[in-house]
Amino acid sequence: MTLVRMMLTRLRPYRWLVAIVLGLIVIQTVLGLYLPNLTADIINNGIAKGDVGYIWRTGAWMLALTLLSGVAAVIATYFASRTSMGVGRDLRATVFSRVMRFSARDMNSFGTASLITRNTNDVQQIQIFLQMALTLMVAAPIMMVGGVIMAIHEDATLSLLLVVAVPLMAVLVLTMLFVAVPQFKSMQVKIDRINQVLREQITGVRVIRAFVRGEDEERRFATANASLTATGLRVNRIFVLAMPALMGIMNLSSVAVLWFGGHLISSGQMPIGNLTAFLAYIMQILMSVLLAVVMVILVPRAQASAERIAAVERVEPATTSPQHPITPSHSMGIVEFRNVSFGYPGGEDLVLRDLSFQIQPGETTAIIGGTGAGKTTLLNLVPRFFDPTSGAVLIDGIDVRDRALEELWASIGLVPQQAYLFGGTVADNLRFAAEDANDADVWHALQVAQARDFVATMDGQLEAPIDQGGTNVSGGQRQRLAIARAVIKRPLIYLFDDCFSALDATTDARLRAQLSAETRNATVVIVAQRVSTILNADRIIVLDDGAVVGSGTHEQLMVSCDEYREIVVSQLGENAA
Amino acid sequence: MMRGPGGGHGRGGFGGPGRMAAAGPPKSAKDLWRALRQLVARLRPDRWRIAAAALIGSTGVGMLVAAPRIIGNATNLLFDGLIGKSLPAGMTQAQAEAYLRLHHSPLAQLLTGTTVNPGHGIDFNQLGVSLGVIALLYLVGAFFSWAQGYIMAGVAQRTVSGMRRDVEAKLARLPLQYFDSHPHGDVLSRVTNDIDNVTTTLQQGLSQLLTSILTILGVLAMMLWISPLLALISLVMVPMSIGVTFLVARRSQKQFTSQWARTGTVNSLVEQTHTGHALVQVFGRSRRTLEEFDRENQALYEPSFRAQFLSGLIQPAMMFLSNLNYVAIAVIGGYLTVNGAMSLGDIQAFIQYSRQFTNPIMQIASQMNLLQSGLASAERVFEFLAADEETPDSAGAPALLAAQGRVVLENVSFRYQPDKPLIQDFDLDVYPGETVAIVGPTGAGKTTIVNLLMRFYEIDGGHIYLDGVDAHELSRASVRQMFGMVLQDTWLFAGSVRDNIAYGKSGASTDEVVAAAKAAHADHFVRTLPHGYDTVLDEDASNISAGERQLLTIARAFLSDPTILILDEATSNVDTRTEVLIQEAMARLRHGRTSFVIAHRLSTIRNADTIVVMNSGRIVEQGSHAELMERRGFYYDLYASQFANALEEVS
Repeated sequence: MTLVRMMLTRLRPYRWLVAIVLGLIVIQTVLGLYLPNLTADIINNGIAKGDVGYIWRTGAWMLALTLLSGVAAVIATYFASRTSMGVGRDLRATVFSRVMRFSARDMNSFGTASLITRNTNDVQQIQIFLQMALTLMVAAPIMMVGGVIMAIHEDATLSLLLVVAVPLMAVLVLTMLFVAVPQFKSMQVKIDRINQVLREQITGVRVIRAFVRGEDEERRFATANASLTATGLRVNRIFVLAMPALMGIMNLSSVAVLWFGGHLISSGQMPIGNLTAFLAYIMQILMSVLLAVVMVILVPRAQASAERIAAVERVEPATTSPQHPITPSHSMGIVEFRNVSFGYPGGEDLVLRDLSFQIQPGETTAIIGGTGAGKTTLLNLVPRFFDPTSGAVLIDGIDVRDRALEELWASIGLVPQQAYLFGGTVADNLRFAAEDANDADVWHALQVAQARDFVATMDGQLEAPIDQGGTNVSGGQRQRLAIARAVIKRPLIYLFDDCFSALDATTDARLRAQLSAETRNATVVIVAQRVSTILNADRIIVLDDGAVVGSGTHEQLMVSCDEYREIVVSQLGENAA
Repeated sequence: MMRGPGGGHGRGGFGGPGRMAAAGPPKSAKDLWRALRQLVARLRPDRWRIAAAALIGSTGVGMLVAAPRIIGNATNLLFDGLIGKSLPAGMTQAQAEAYLRLHHSPLAQLLTGTTVNPGHGIDFNQLGVSLGVIALLYLVGAFFSWAQGYIMAGVAQRTVSGMRRDVEAKLARLPLQYFDSHPHGDVLSRVTNDIDNVTTTLQQGLSQLLTSILTILGVLAMMLWISPLLALISLVMVPMSIGVTFLVARRSQKQFTSQWARTGTVNSLVEQTHTGHALVQVFGRSRRTLEEFDRENQALYEPSFRAQFLSGLIQPAMMFLSNLNYVAIAVIGGYLTVNGAMSLGDIQAFIQYSRQFTNPIMQIASQMNLLQSGLASAERVFEFLAADEETPDSAGAPALLAAQGRVVLENVSFRYQPDKPLIQDFDLDVYPGETVAIVGPTGAGKTTIVNLLMRFYEIDGGHIYLDGVDAHELSRASVRQMFGMVLQDTWLFAGSVRDNIAYGKSGASTDEVVAAAKAAHADHFVRTLPHGYDTVLDEDASNISAGERQLLTIARAFLSDPTILILDEATSNVDTRTEVLIQEAMARLRHGRTSFVIAHRLSTIRNADTIVVMNSGRIVEQGSHAELMERRGFYYDLYASQFANALEEVS
């Protein structure tokens, strides 16, 4: 039903085009049905009476109608294509802009990969389906009804045959679909399974070889492959039954037409030419049933895509700007956590528990703690990727939820844990953060991020191409470019989420030295795993299991905080303490 | 059936940039021919089945094709009966003709080609026999065409199944270098999307193509038999159809190519925007990105529409030609019949044939797109299958029993690219139980040594001896079995936690798995998961954290109980507190085992027996900590910059 609903809403802007398409298809069908009638006339009035002139006249008329029908078909295709591709375009745009407004929570609940598929492949499925529907599907019932009407018109008695043949075909088709559709779905699941196994074999090739598990992998794959092959065979063997069975029914119907028609002709109740026409109508009806079968096969797939798209459309973004946003009178960049607790939706435990602290501009605050301690989560509360379950995050005394999102974001420079670069050039990636930065600005930011040297050696330097995701540069280079991107924005607040992990300590140290000069008046929050990264921080906040267990400088914490000391010892060795 | 510009878009395994290259723009005709030949070669094992299917198919088609002819005869019976009834009984045919002529009836001519029995109506006995034969032909014909489809479905499935098997086996034989130098997305796309596409082509195309060709031949024969003149008229349609198809296809293909390229642009924009979602928001690019998307989306719409419209023209054009043909036959046939050159039944049969003649032609035309896209995919699959493989293990390669863990590298040289030597004349002697620390700045190529030790890559010169045996003479499997490895990028597969840990050892028991997890301190967090060890990890194991993923791979290494250990920055993703515990476990694990550690940690480096220092892909120094510090070379600088100030501040 989702599919139908989606079609109805999405087709509304194109309703006139659709109406024209429908009208033209009716014209086409009527003309198509009228042609056998003319053949009957040629036989009855031309051949049977030996009237050659009549044959030529009728022939010319048939030709004219054929041409008309062709023109109708071309125009119908034109509007159908406009409509289906237009709907595809609209759907793509809606999904895209909807996802753009998603909050991090919404992104997580779908998964990025799935959203990409919904935005691209699923839309394409709908587009193709609609094109088929507008050109073929709507024609099927019209052809069917028209064929039946004409058959009855030609000879009502003989049409009784249809009462037998059509339900028989319907039963056949429905049974087949009833059997085949679940198999079809199961086949899709098995294809997914095969692809998953292959994907794992490619991404895990080193591990598989290291553990010498090639044979197990082969078995795992062989099982999946055999299972898919078996299902594929079943599905296809059901489908190869369809054509011969339907053809069989129709052909036998035409035999019956001849037999009973013969009696009618014999008793003078029917002219002989009508027999030929009648046979043509029977063929027409068969064609419409076949079209219907083809379409019905396409429906489940389009339906699945429609549901996946509709699920995206249904989401109301969890994070939105308030109706009356407050703009702070002065922007300092003081970040305050006031009794903040946070739990992921559906999660039982709180990830962050009653956090209260203030981060001052001009200071570097480091957050350290174990995996799952909630460091990234804490950082994500500042740009409102998530909102606290209770308590509030304030910037310059104003709850971030009272700020306009664009303004809030404008004050933040974020470097996420997974450095992500966009396809384009080095300069494009930096100007992503500051559109009108000149080359000097770009070089400066690169210099601060310790990326200047390697960019200078790249072919094209600032114009050197960067692959989507940044896959053509090393992990460390990616991180440095991501840092440069935040630097060039010159935000009030810097959020560095463990983004020094791929850097060796030398680069790390140099980068932090330059960075602290650059960010002198800004608020800097660094999440880190490595103690050496944060030794110099003005303040270190130690998180453990979602709660603050220590806060202060390195020296203070070495004395006051057991958890911190443990971390230092584990990384720098016993003698460091 | 209509499909997108390349069938490969159908369904997507998500993957890198190669994803969209599934069934790229049309390949050159030469490539397609080669792909076709290879595909045909793949069908060879099934040639008898195909021959049987062709035989059965032709018999079936023959029957179905014969039927209208007999129907024509039946129509003649009706017609004769009809006329016969209107004539006085007892006349001969000649008399009947004369009789009609006398009455100035044009029907007289019609009788020339028929066998009228004046005075007698329709012979229902004879009609019954005729129709019985036709019904039988139809039934048997239907059965045969089903049998043909049944066999061909088997052939298609078997062929594709075999291709999938070969592709998977190929994955296992490709050198690591292949995976490192080709984007994963592209490889994945070849083994999934492209294979899917070939499947579709074989399934829908093969059987139909066969039937279509057989039908065309059969129908053509029948048409020629009934009336060579009308057949000739119908045949004119063939070049016209081909011409029209070509004319349209040439234009639509251009649009399809453009649509395909635009789809690529839009998809990659979608991919980046969704992947970098947070960045787009925080860097205030939402509006800009939307504008860009709208522009690209509109740019995609135009060629999409034109491609659909143009390719949609073929159908009506063919319909028009087909109707044109129909009209021509009706008119000329009617004329011939009136002149007595043809019987009514024949013209009726011919009309049916001409319909049957155009259908398969239209079908083949519409299959061409499918075929082309399928062949393009097949070509990509064959290209993959033809990639260079690892040199096979030398025959009768011995397996190492009771390995000690001594590793000797002698004059080892290696390079990834022929013109860039990386490692030259490298010597290293590691006694069982010793630890080698590999250090160097980011991007120094520290994993190269791992690649060589594990024989992921083959050395270009020198020898690596494991317990005195040249690793090159051992099978790769036995080399790798000696090693345990914890890589920085954790690889877990979609399956239970238990299965993922058990991956370290074939047939590991639950107790062993739990013991390994305990040793890696993974047991605790595993037990807090919803289903404990039976918790199913999703495809990217994204339902557990990076640190937890690392713990699982460490547990896996524990379970495999290797002689030699390779730790590739193993603990960099594990949180600091767990790291304390892991360190103990690691120490326990390293005890008595030779270890190669790519280390960032001071204590590991200082306590290592040998330190291998790397820079820019080369080994620049090696020795103990004390030796290297004394030398005041690269290591000294590195050490000073990395750790000294940290230590100073601390103490």
